[in-house]
Amino acid sequence: MSEIQPILEVRDLTIALPSGGDRSTAVRDVSFTVGRGEILCLVGESGSGKSVIAQSVMGLLPQTLPVQAGQILLQGEDITHAPLSRLRELRATRMAMIFQEPMTALNPVMTCGEQIDEVLREHTKLSAAERRAKVLAIIQEVLLPEPERMWASYPHQLSGGQRQRIMIAMALVLDPVLLIADEPTTALDVTTQAQILKLVLDLQARHGAGVLFITHDFGVVAEVAHRVAVLRLGDLVEIGSKDEVLRRPQHGYTRLLMKAVPTLQLKARPVDEQAQVVLKVQGLNKFYDDKRWFGPHRQVHAAQDVNLDIRRGQTLGIVGESGSGKSTVARCIVRLIDPSSGSVLLGGEGGDDIALMGAAQLRPLRKRVQIVFQDPYRSLNPRRTVGQALVEGPVNYGLSHASALERARGLLALVRMDDSAMARYPHQFSGGQRQRICIARALMMEPELLVADEAVSALDVSVQAQVLQLFEEIRSRLNLAMLFITHDLRVASQVCDQLAVMSRGQVVEYGPAAQVFGSPQHAYTQALFAAAPGRGFSFGA
Amino acid sequence: MVELKVVNAVNAEALSVEAASVHVQASAWQRVRRSTSVRIGGTVLLVLVAIALLAPWLGTVDPALFDPGSRDLLPGQFGEITTLDGEQLKHRFLMGSDSFGRDIHSRVIYGTQVSLIVGLFTAVVALVFGIGFGLCAGFLRWLDGPLMRVMDGLMAIPAVLIAIALVAMWKGSVPTVVVAIAIPEIPRVTRLVRSLVLSIREEPYVEAAISLGTPTWLIMVRHILPNCVAPLVVQGTFICASGILTEAILSFLGVGLPSDIPTWGNVMAEGRAQFNTYPHNIFFPGFFLALTVLAVNILGDGLRDTLDPKMAKRG
Repeated sequence: MSEIQPILEVRDLTIALPSGGDRSTAVRDVSFTVGRGEILCLVGESGSGKSVIAQSVMGLLPQTLPVQAGQILLQGEDITHAPLSRLRELRATRMAMIFQEPMTALNPVMTCGEQIDEVLREHTKLSAAERRAKVLAIIQEVLLPEPERMWASYPHQLSGGQRQRIMIAMALVLDPVLLIADEPTTALDVTTQAQILKLVLDLQARHGAGVLFITHDFGVVAEVAHRVAVLRLGDLVEIGSKDEVLRRPQHGYTRLLMKAVPTLQLKARPVDEQAQVVLKVQGLNKFYDDKRWFGPHRQVHAAQDVNLDIRRGQTLGIVGESGSGKSTVARCIVRLIDPSSGSVLLGGEGGDDIALMGAAQLRPLRKRVQIVFQDPYRSLNPRRTVGQALVEGPVNYGLSHASALERARGLLALVRMDDSAMARYPHQFSGGQRQRICIARALMMEPELLVADEAVSALDVSVQAQVLQLFEEIRSRLNLAMLFITHDLRVASQVCDQLAVMSRGQVVEYGPAAQVFGSPQHAYTQALFAAAPGRGFSFGA
Repeated sequence: MVELKVVNAVNAEALSVEAASVHVQASAWQRVRRSTSVRIGGTVLLVLVAIALLAPWLGTVDPALFDPGSRDLLPGQFGEITTLDGEQLKHRFLMGSDSFGRDIHSRVIYGTQVSLIVGLFTAVVALVFGIGFGLCAGFLRWLDGPLMRVMDGLMAIPAVLIAIALVAMWKGSVPTVVVAIAIPEIPRVTRLVRSLVLSIREEPYVEAAISLGTPTWLIMVRHILPNCVAPLVVQGTFICASGILTEAILSFLGVGLPSDIPTWGNVMAEGRAQFNTYPHNIFFPGFFLALTVLAVNILGDGLRDTLDPKMAKRG
């Protein structure tokens, strides 16, 4: 392989960042090659510069990010400073790109067929009939059903996975030698992701293209990569074969990342079956009525007949794909939305039923259940200091300001934050730190139940590991009951004692985590587990 | 155990790097001060405010004084003017005089006071009521429909018509005119606040406040309103500009302030008949009117560019 010319060669690439940023270069002295038929995974946490590299290869860099030094060679041709006309010729014919969010990457007012056809119209001299045949063939090749119907469909009429297949079809229709995939499966559900990854692998093997695959998910890396390059704050810290990098990492940062990747191995923990039930959900339903003046009346079951018990000192996980109703259940329990029927018994059997309680009665009970949200950037009011955010809740319930401040200091220490944070505003903190603040804010109320709604999903893997560790610590130290909502099975396997699997608003499987993970009974659970990327791959450190 | 320590040390490092990468952003106030539009508009406006405040010392006489002997003087000519005590003063008519022998310079300078006051209070009245109604419509869902339909109705009534009705009912005075101009603006502010509330109330920090047991009124005041301030300030400047303009229109049509109060609209209305012979009667008040409205609008544009995060990214 070494004597054959690589498809893509990047030599000492340095790209400047606009002044006033936190560092002067987006990427610095990055060199790598992608050979024919090879998949190189570019991994790194947010801000590591991986997408900037992809854009520089495609010639899509904004003018504020100029290439300062280095070369980008596509099959030996230097395209670093190629004129726009040349780049336009190369795109689609020799190199193509697929993006993270196919809904925004596709034009909403053109049918999918027309959009693929446009590529052919621009770059080939084929007749309309030939083009149509070719488009239908490629739609068939990406395993979409009914090519004719797909041709005539608009992007919004297709599912996320189907849209991503259209994107892939568009990228591959002219047989490019280089395919750049920028987080192509991040926006997709895990089962869809597995199908798309398989498709990319199949097509890549058949067309023999080189692939530059950008991702932050090490499960995906384990699934698709031949070679792996690890980026950190614009520096390429390690490059090598998949086994070398993932199993025997050399660089300290890679080792840290590998250690942070949550394993699918369950953390065995003795579960006290007799622990006190803190919250009992019985027959919970949430319908959304689509009332119309004309036309049929539709009802959407967001959650249907959900029964759950959450016990003191234990974590109940709810896993499921998007739209499965897991967040609906969490929000009904916290009463951010009103359930349609059923009961939510606070304090277990014979406790207060908060499911349908009026606002006035509910208010004194609210403090017993607290929630941490997914997006740490929107969970804190940008105009209030951390101290103000922390004391707000307890002061609402009559605690004096001074003692609330006292409690806030204690909790900041518990979540490993400095006292000085109190006087600062949320924008002065990173995502992980903000999530710690949100956890502290929830704990200020001394709740019996802490609900974490995808609370670690928006965080980078190393930060995620720390926050997960923090959740564990809090649960064991305060003997809290926790409800942990996540789409990520790896995360679930790390924290859950009990596990409920949801699909289409229903709990399809519910039991001790060891049992659900060990021998899943329901077909959906089995499919979900089989789809987890990088399953069976052990990351070394 | 040793292993754990190593990880923690590396974790701590990762954390500090992460903290360092938080983008350092100039505060909104700093960005506002750096904006050229804000500087230009603000400076012109400050000069106009200074003129309004210093009116008695800017070579003016009482704007109500007239002298039959000094009628239709050209700008810069000297003439005489009679004070209320019957005393005859020699006076230089910087902007000429009108057909009653009144000093246009004095009337325009004092008119600045009226215009700025009308603009400011129109904006304040429209914002106060608009914010109140908007918060109610956005947060109390049952009130949304009825309240917004009333607002739609209000929007359909032209300002001039309301002004004529109010001036006919009450006496033509600054408060009457302010109310008349502010009423049609209230629905616009209400709509803006309502849409802001509807989007902000879905933010997780508002949901967090709900689960922290914060009462609804406190959520509005503490979490929602402060995050509406930027667009409201911008809207306020545009209301101010249109208020100044509408007041001049009303006065010009003779349905605004009575002609003994010097306003730019009144001065122009009185100069209209002689416009061909003595254009200065209209030129000077018109120039001041245009300058003021332009300054307020430039200021508003600058504020919008700097305070609206979407605009800030574009620049």
